[in-house]
Amino acid sequence: MPWNLNSDRPIFIQIIEVIQLDIVSGKYAPGDKLPSVRDLAQEAAVNPNTMQKALAELERSGLVFSQRTSGRFITEDTKMIEDLKSSLAKEKIEEFLENMQKLGFKKEETITLMTETLKGEKS
Amino acid sequence: MSTILECKNLSKSYDKKMALNKINLSLEGGHIIGLLGPNGSGKTTLIKLINGLLQPTEGELYINENPVGVESKKVVSYLPDQTYLEANLKVREVIDYFKDFYEDFDETRAYDMLAKLHINPSDKLKTMSKGTKEKVQLILVMSRRAKLYILDEPIAGVDPAARDYILEVILSNYDEDATILISTHLIADVENILDEVIFLKNGEIVMTSSVDDIREKQGTSIDSLFREVFKC
Repeated sequence: MPWNLNSDRPIFIQIIEVIQLDIVSGKYAPGDKLPSVRDLAQEAAVNPNTMQKALAELERSGLVFSQRTSGRFITEDTKMIEDLKSSLAKEKIEEFLENMQKLGFKKEETITLMTETLKGEKS
Repeated sequence: MSTILECKNLSKSYDKKMALNKINLSLEGGHIIGLLGPNGSGKTTLIKLINGLLQPTEGELYINENPVGVESKKVVSYLPDQTYLEANLKVREVIDYFKDFYEDFDETRAYDMLAKLHINPSDKLKTMSKGTKEKVQLILVMSRRAKLYILDEPIAGVDPAARDYILEVILSNYDEDATILISTHLIADVENILDEVIFLKNGEIVMTSSVDDIREKQGTSIDSLFREVFKC
């Protein structure tokens, strides 16, 4: 099943996001080996050059490192992964707040609504 | 990176009609390139020139530093937009033909791909649907270990599910330093596997760009950009 990529944003950026999510969500554990560029490209149904570019970018950010002969691995720096997780969470929350604002809710109202929704879920 | 295809001031006219007008183009190995343009923009003319099926009116064309001829045909694997295989042949017989014809033909690869698509090698071409015939031709073309693959409308006749599979075939069957030139109208279906595009209009190149550059700078898909540039 090809990855769900949107064609109006750069593909390599979307690939980075998918892999970041896979790391944060634990699909890849710290120190895990990533599949080869070719295999990943085939799985995502994208050009190997694009996959290569995305992985190079992930490498530059330090999230992934490569060992010359044996391939690419996920960082073992768990703090870095935690930091990424928090920053992704923050992005999602900001996005949500922005959408609520568009609907006409102030921050306090949003919080009240959220508390109510969470209570509703429990009962 | 080596230059696999080079056009210098390449022109072709049919009588007085200019089909290609002073094209300058240089393609490197290791890329998947979309050749895009509306009907009559010169895509097939360019492809036929590369394959030596037409002679240029003016200009030069080199493939892997050789002029078009025996040497260039050894490294170019071409999928025409029409079927050219003898309908009475069985798939197996066509494979034997290809094996005789091309040194770089990989028989195992061909049979593997046929099996994956559930195509029986003992079937005759004339008993097959249009889509299945197209799949067989693509398999033949992609089973060569060529340096330049030229695919003229490779997915036009097949259903969307088979398109995905065909793109997978294309992705998994080319060597890393080979280049694939795909001409198609079905941009939305192929744009995720492209890394560059060439836009042709009235026999001229109006744009060459990396696809992610287009998405980044224009914030649109190649498909939408095409619709904008070539709006009727």
